[in-house]
Amino acid sequence: MSAGWTHHSGTAVALDLESVDTDQLIPARFMSVPRVQGYGPYLLHDLRYDGAGQKLPDFVLNRHEGASILVARRNFGSGSSREAAVYALVDFGMRVVVAPSFGDIFSANAVNNGLLPLALPEADVDQILAMLVAQPAEARVDLQAGNLRICGRDYAFQLPQVWREKLMNGWDDIDLTTARAPQIAAYKTARRASTPWVWPS
Amino acid sequence: MTQAPAATAPATLFDKLWQAHEITRRADGASLLWVDRHLVHEGSHHAFAKLAARGAPVAEPQLTYAVVDHYAPTRGRDAIPAGDIRRMIETLGQNAHRHGLRLFGLRDPDQGIVHVVGPEQGLTLPGFTVNCGDSHTSTHGAFGALAFGIGATEVAHVLATQTIWQMRPKTMRITVVGQLGPAVGAKDLALHWIARLGADGARGHAIEYAGPAVRALSMEGRMTLCNLSIEGGARLGMVAPDDTTFAYLKGRPFAPAGADWARAVALWARLPSDDGAQFDREVEIDASDIAPTVTWGTSPEEALPITGHVPNPAQLPPARAARASEALDYMGLSAGQALQGVAVDQVFIGSCTNGRIEDLRLAAKVLQGRRAKVPGLVAPGSALVKAQAEAEGLDRIFTQAGLDWVEAGCSMCVGMNGDLVAPGKRCASSTNRNFKGRQGRGARTHLMSPAMVAAAAITGTLCDVRPLLEGRV
Repeated sequence: MSAGWTHHSGTAVALDLESVDTDQLIPARFMSVPRVQGYGPYLLHDLRYDGAGQKLPDFVLNRHEGASILVARRNFGSGSSREAAVYALVDFGMRVVVAPSFGDIFSANAVNNGLLPLALPEADVDQILAMLVAQPAEARVDLQAGNLRICGRDYAFQLPQVWREKLMNGWDDIDLTTARAPQIAAYKTARRASTPWVWPS
Repeated sequence: MTQAPAATAPATLFDKLWQAHEITRRADGASLLWVDRHLVHEGSHHAFAKLAARGAPVAEPQLTYAVVDHYAPTRGRDAIPAGDIRRMIETLGQNAHRHGLRLFGLRDPDQGIVHVVGPEQGLTLPGFTVNCGDSHTSTHGAFGALAFGIGATEVAHVLATQTIWQMRPKTMRITVVGQLGPAVGAKDLALHWIARLGADGARGHAIEYAGPAVRALSMEGRMTLCNLSIEGGARLGMVAPDDTTFAYLKGRPFAPAGADWARAVALWARLPSDDGAQFDREVEIDASDIAPTVTWGTSPEEALPITGHVPNPAQLPPARAARASEALDYMGLSAGQALQGVAVDQVFIGSCTNGRIEDLRLAAKVLQGRRAKVPGLVAPGSALVKAQAEAEGLDRIFTQAGLDWVEAGCSMCVGMNGDLVAPGKRCASSTNRNFKGRQGRGARTHLMSPAMVAAAAITGTLCDVRPLLEGRV
């Protein structure tokens, strides 16, 4: 779990694609790497590098390597449960992804790593992409207020309270759960009595 | 159907499962759920590393099962060269040994893909919660289980506590009326609904599949259908348990036996959704509308009947034209082209979607006495499926057709074990994702049923399997 945050200001860039799936975010061949080595180089690898491993100079993330807010089209992060897709974004430096919709598992993984999956209506995203197409822009995200400010415009966004608090507090769920050990133990006793076949003999 | 007691509102299968596993609920709406089965694989190395960093043990080793599948070589298992593949498999073995977990390793006669092994071992049971760090965990919902994929942080949490925090998804019922036509199966049904509703069409929802066409499916078919729930964006997919479910499970190694069996069946029979239970969303599909279905693009929603033509971007609204052009370009197809007759370079039959015995039987029916025009790989979903297929002589049908018959694992679905499709090559595949680069950088994947893959092998092109199966089913 990363440290919590309430505001983020950074450079927003447009990735004008829909269904940027987990296999594009990080191709499977890189997933055996231990996290400590850093996953940033693998983010969108096959869009960023040619077959010989050379950077493609026109690709948006190669032109703007300091970007921390990514704006894309619908169905971002669909596919696999690989948390490595989020590691690649976070290790590259991303803090926020803006899109009309996200894969459910991707969103949960993102929040668990301090990355905000910021969902906006398609029309808003279209407008933002149009503003960013020529060049990136500075943007500011306020988690508490639920507001994205970019190119002088404000976009309000909704966030489940669970996610907001986790992002702001940098919570580690295991610590929170361990505090509930007596409730878990009581549940387990009842489960053993009602469905003993959960524990195969 | 029995009515729910008067004091209780009619409940869905999902409502019953959620309630039975909810340990507590926070004020912010997150529920802490008990996990009955936790399945781990080589990719769980991040989670084990998190556990090690805390010095924490596995809370319930008896409920945690480790399976080698993603990196499992399908050939040359006795001499795996040093490198990432061997290291990943060894790391899982070490973690399983350290924590006292049952390991389905490479030499285990019960090894296979985690979503094939769980059900065939009777580890997956109705009324259970099943988690695994793999999105196709939705497969296990075919048994009336609450089964969903999770990320590494959540895997570490389940390892450490045997519980998981979740926000309650919305419910959605997909009712499939009518009857599937000959040679049309669960794969076609799944691709059909995903094409209709979109790859994010069921986002945030728990699906229950219902209706006569679903009831008529075997457990293998139900698993294929539930497996692909994630490709339509659903959190999970389920089919209520019935006699088909119980007949499949009876006598499985980890299924309850003796007095427990009768007790379990009595409990399971109460799981189906009550009459009058409310779903947040209802969708109806007519099975008789469905033809053998094939994907043409790079998202599972980009699927069409085999008799169809790929889109012509010039005739699409601008918002959709760019996406379609890009997908057609990647796939090497031209605007408006007919799907039938598209030449394929190779075929693959296998995966957690379609690597079960019934899948292999149907593919073999198509291939029997015929020769494949293109090379291909048949990777059974488990060592038990492999043994069963060999006992039935299916392996000889595949090899006599010219296809390679190999060991069990995820194989060419995701390519982690080195079974890759070369750049620019076109593969007819019984798998679950046609994402760019899924089967290898630049690989072109067409998803379809195993029967349709077999038909593509024989003709060397995308084609309709129905004439090839006439008189054979």
